[in-house]
Amino acid sequence: MIIEANNLTKTYKNKIALNDISFSLEEPKIYGLLGRNGAGKTTFMQVLAGLLLPTNGSVLVNGQTPFDNQKITESICLIKEGDNFKKDLKVKNVLTIASMFYPTWDNQLAFQLIDEFSLDLNVKVKTLSKGMESALGIIVGLASKAPITMFDEPYIGLDASARNRFYEVLVEQYQEHKRTIIFSTHLIDEVSLLFEEVLIFEGGKLIVKDDTDELRESCFSVSGPVAKVEAYIANKKVVNKQEFAGMLTATVLNANKQAAREQGFDVEGVPIQKLMIYLTSKQGGGVK
Amino acid sequence: MNSSLDDSKPIFQQIKEQIEDMIINHSILEGERVPSTNEFANYYKINPATAAKGINQLVDEGVIYKKRGVGMFVSEKAKTILYQKRKDAFYFNYIIPLKTEAKKLNLTKEELNEMLMKEEKSDDN
Repeated sequence: MIIEANNLTKTYKNKIALNDISFSLEEPKIYGLLGRNGAGKTTFMQVLAGLLLPTNGSVLVNGQTPFDNQKITESICLIKEGDNFKKDLKVKNVLTIASMFYPTWDNQLAFQLIDEFSLDLNVKVKTLSKGMESALGIIVGLASKAPITMFDEPYIGLDASARNRFYEVLVEQYQEHKRTIIFSTHLIDEVSLLFEEVLIFEGGKLIVKDDTDELRESCFSVSGPVAKVEAYIANKKVVNKQEFAGMLTATVLNANKQAAREQGFDVEGVPIQKLMIYLTSKQGGGVK
Repeated sequence: MNSSLDDSKPIFQQIKEQIEDMIINHSILEGERVPSTNEFANYYKINPATAAKGINQLVDEGVIYKKRGVGMFVSEKAKTILYQKRKDAFYFNYIIPLKTEAKKLNLTKEELNEMLMKEEKSDDN
């Protein structure tokens, strides 16, 4: 399904959550949606899921607005950080309701995962621990098989081994059935290898949208004597600079690694998590 | 085979290098099957599209070939291609850094040559 944001703006009273954003996601891929708290990620996902109306502009899915449009929303599953399900429902009722809502629902997968995560079908959501409630959210997200599935920091309270199992199932399911997965998390190091494309939000703006491997290639740190590094970075996008004992390490964006090596610099790659931090930190951050 | 990948280098390239290493180290022989996109994706928990990109580049270079419905296999000329590729990269990856470091240490050409010869002798023993 094609997702298009056109001049998308959302304001709450006097706070701007999304500020005139335009982009499109055309292919079924696993997208990493990154940014600091308050950058606009959650608002974007809620508008896309049809839970919120934009203040200005639009988000269109296959040309249609998702708000109050079941034809579109039955193809979209958003799993939030919490409060995904009514507290008084039993686990089995949550599954029944989801199975009726999503035409693509995979009941077999749902029950297999319920078993794997040792969830009790007969208990109410309100009696589940935080981790178990998160597991239920993840199960519904995976089993929905919705053409657009979004996970917004879905695993509060979930331990490392359960998260690991979640990533494994996500990869398996994605292989069997390509779909658009939008994944927002602060645990970037754990999942960045899954992202085919990365979107970084900052202050309500989309500041990076790129192929993840492309970023790994074109964003790197160069180190050397201050004057030499300063000369090298003069006409480049610099996202971080650190000087220590006469040596300067600068992190550049959209540059050529090979060329930097040939000029004799020590060149080091930058993991996605670090890049996100450089781009969104207040001190000396942001693209200059 | 590395048990994990480095998030600061393109993943498709690392997959490609892993397959190349398997061929150069004789762990997969000519005519044998190369792990599939899905096997790589499951093992490393990476995006299958990324694994596919690395594998497809090796197909384009003639190192491996596709048998429809069966999988990817090491081609007859794989080693010849890979040795040539590594030789081309050798100057850049090893000689240039060697010279850079030698210059920093004010080593003369003679001293450098001597060291290279010395290395060879100890190899013979």
